Amino acid sequence: MLELKDIRWTTEDGEEILKGINLSVPDGKLTVVTGPNGGGKTSLAKVVAGLYKASDGKIFIDDNDITDWSITERSKNGIAYAFQQPVRFKGLTVRDLLEISAERTLSSVEICSLLSEVGLCGREYMDREADASLSGGESKRIEIATVLARKNAKMLVFDEPEAGIDLWSFTNLIKAFEEIKTDHSRSLLIISHQERIMNIADYIAVVADGKVSRMGTREEILPTLMNETGSACCSLRNK
Amino acid sequence: MNDITQTLLGVVSDWDGSYKGAYNIREDGGCAGRQSSENIKIESKNDNPGIVIRVSSKAQQETVYIPACVTHSGVSDLVYNDFIIEDGADVIIVAGCGVHSDGEEEARHNGIHRFFIGKNAKVLYKEKHVGTGNGEGAKRIDPVTDIEMQEGSYMEMDTMQISGVTSTNRLTTAKLGAGAKLVIHERLLTDNDEKAKSDFKVDLDGEDSSVDLVSRSVAKGNSYQEFYSTLNGNNKCTGHSECDGILSENGKVIAVPALYAANIDASLIHEAAIGKIAGEQIIKLCTLGLTEEEAERKIIDGFLK
Ligand SMILES: Nc1ncnc2c1ncn2[C@@H]1O[C@H](COP(=O)(O)OP(=O)(O)OP(=O)(O)O)[C@@H](O)[C@H]1O
Ligand SMILES: [Mg+2]
Repeated sequence: MLELKDIRWTTEDGEEILKGINLSVPDGKLTVVTGPNGGGKTSLAKVVAGLYKASDGKIFIDDNDITDWSITERSKNGIAYAFQQPVRFKGLTVRDLLEISAERTLSSVEICSLLSEVGLCGREYMDREADASLSGGESKRIEIATVLARKNAKMLVFDEPEAGIDLWSFTNLIKAFEEIKTDHSRSLLIISHQERIMNIADYIAVVADGKVSRMGTREEILPTLMNETGSACCSLRNK
Repeated sequence: MNDITQTLLGVVSDWDGSYKGAYNIREDGGCAGRQSSENIKIESKNDNPGIVIRVSSKAQQETVYIPACVTHSGVSDLVYNDFIIEDGADVIIVAGCGVHSDGEEEARHNGIHRFFIGKNAKVLYKEKHVGTGNGEGAKRIDPVTDIEMQEGSYMEMDTMQISGVTSTNRLTTAKLGAGAKLVIHERLLTDNDEKAKSDFKVDLDGEDSSVDLVSRSVAKGNSYQEFYSTLNGNNKCTGHSECDGILSENGKVIAVPALYAANIDASLIHEAAIGKIAGEQIIKLCTLGLTEEEAERKIIDGFLK
């Protein structure tokens, strides 16, 4: 179980972005974090993965206080994070990245099977450089595959996995998430705006303006979610 | 052949105890082994130290090895090698140079290579450079490469300096005939107080000739690198030169590209980028379980691969 207790994060310029986040991500479940653009979802994911250091509050995983752990330590202890914006590498191939992720050499068959989970043909992509020559959707899918390759990860965080991905690959991806869900020792924290992902969620949290504004089961949150954002929109327009 | 030569050969030129086909091994200015093959003849030069390598048109996908090693301080080896590649030949040349210093004096190798590449001939030239040994003396490798390419010929140069070379000064010039194509991949790693200078001058004289020059360099420690390239487009031609440098610690890199176009149909491009490893690349690899040092090593190894 991942627990965030009153997490705050302030930018270098002193602007407070996360304003006291309280969130529990139960084991063996899929929790979706959604909310308006700029609300702090990616910042939250980065605090979980250790890319941002919380300025206040505590993070626990199974009762271990990981607040001061480095990115590497968190990764070694089971946290995996798929970036919203994938990083490009001149010189590292897709195979290199997946082997770093898996922490061993992978057979071509294993690489093909990982890439097929994100709808890519392994034969075509494994020896390509993970550089700027890949299209947006291709590099996004490879980014997701680097997290799927971390078979020992207990807490898998995906930041808008749907972004830029075609319908067919997205269907594969949903299957991959459902597969992970059946393994009750792994948890999924997915940041998403996508209804198809919310439809397979166990829990949904809404993050807006640096806080968790609502949290509950899918059945509790989903039916009223659209009304909530819809009214926010109207109230702005009415001003 | 001494043990140091054997070790250096393993590193720079695929040596596993023997070579198949034609080869010439140079050790401390002398010849430590030579063999010609039916299609590739190697002979000593009469005027200067060095060899003439003649590759006949009948050679197709044949390999010739011509490594050179300097195995102790106080040796300064200067050699002139000529490669005569007949029309239509297809050859792989594995060069490579190792210098080992064990004392206060310099260990140095100067290889002056001239290539005469016949019509429609194809050459793959692979060259690795390394410096080893704990001697105070500098380990220097200063290659000069002059290339003349006839109509329709193709040459690919794959050059790499792995580590330990105190100073290198590389000068490469090429003249391309009609339809000739030159591809150069250079990779240079410098560390500590090492210095490297690389200078390319390519004359695109023939119609539809082309050059693609990519140099990737990593400057670590207090090392310093200079990269110069001049592409002269004298006819309808295409030229691309790219210099990508990674800086680490106090490394310094200067890149000075020049393009001269003297024909309305010459199309020349240059790209250069120098900087430290992008922080986000290190961070991404840390999220995959590597430490920052391991991540940096992976990125550099991949970049120079
Ligand atoms: N490193 C940073 N430095 C300065 N400001 C930042 C930084 N990271 C995020 N922010 C700011 O914090 C706010 C929240 O950003 P964040 O990326 O967490 O939003 P988000 O909820 O993921 O949005 P989206 O749905 O668009 O992805 C934004 O206003 C953003 O500009
Ligand atoms: Mg975001």
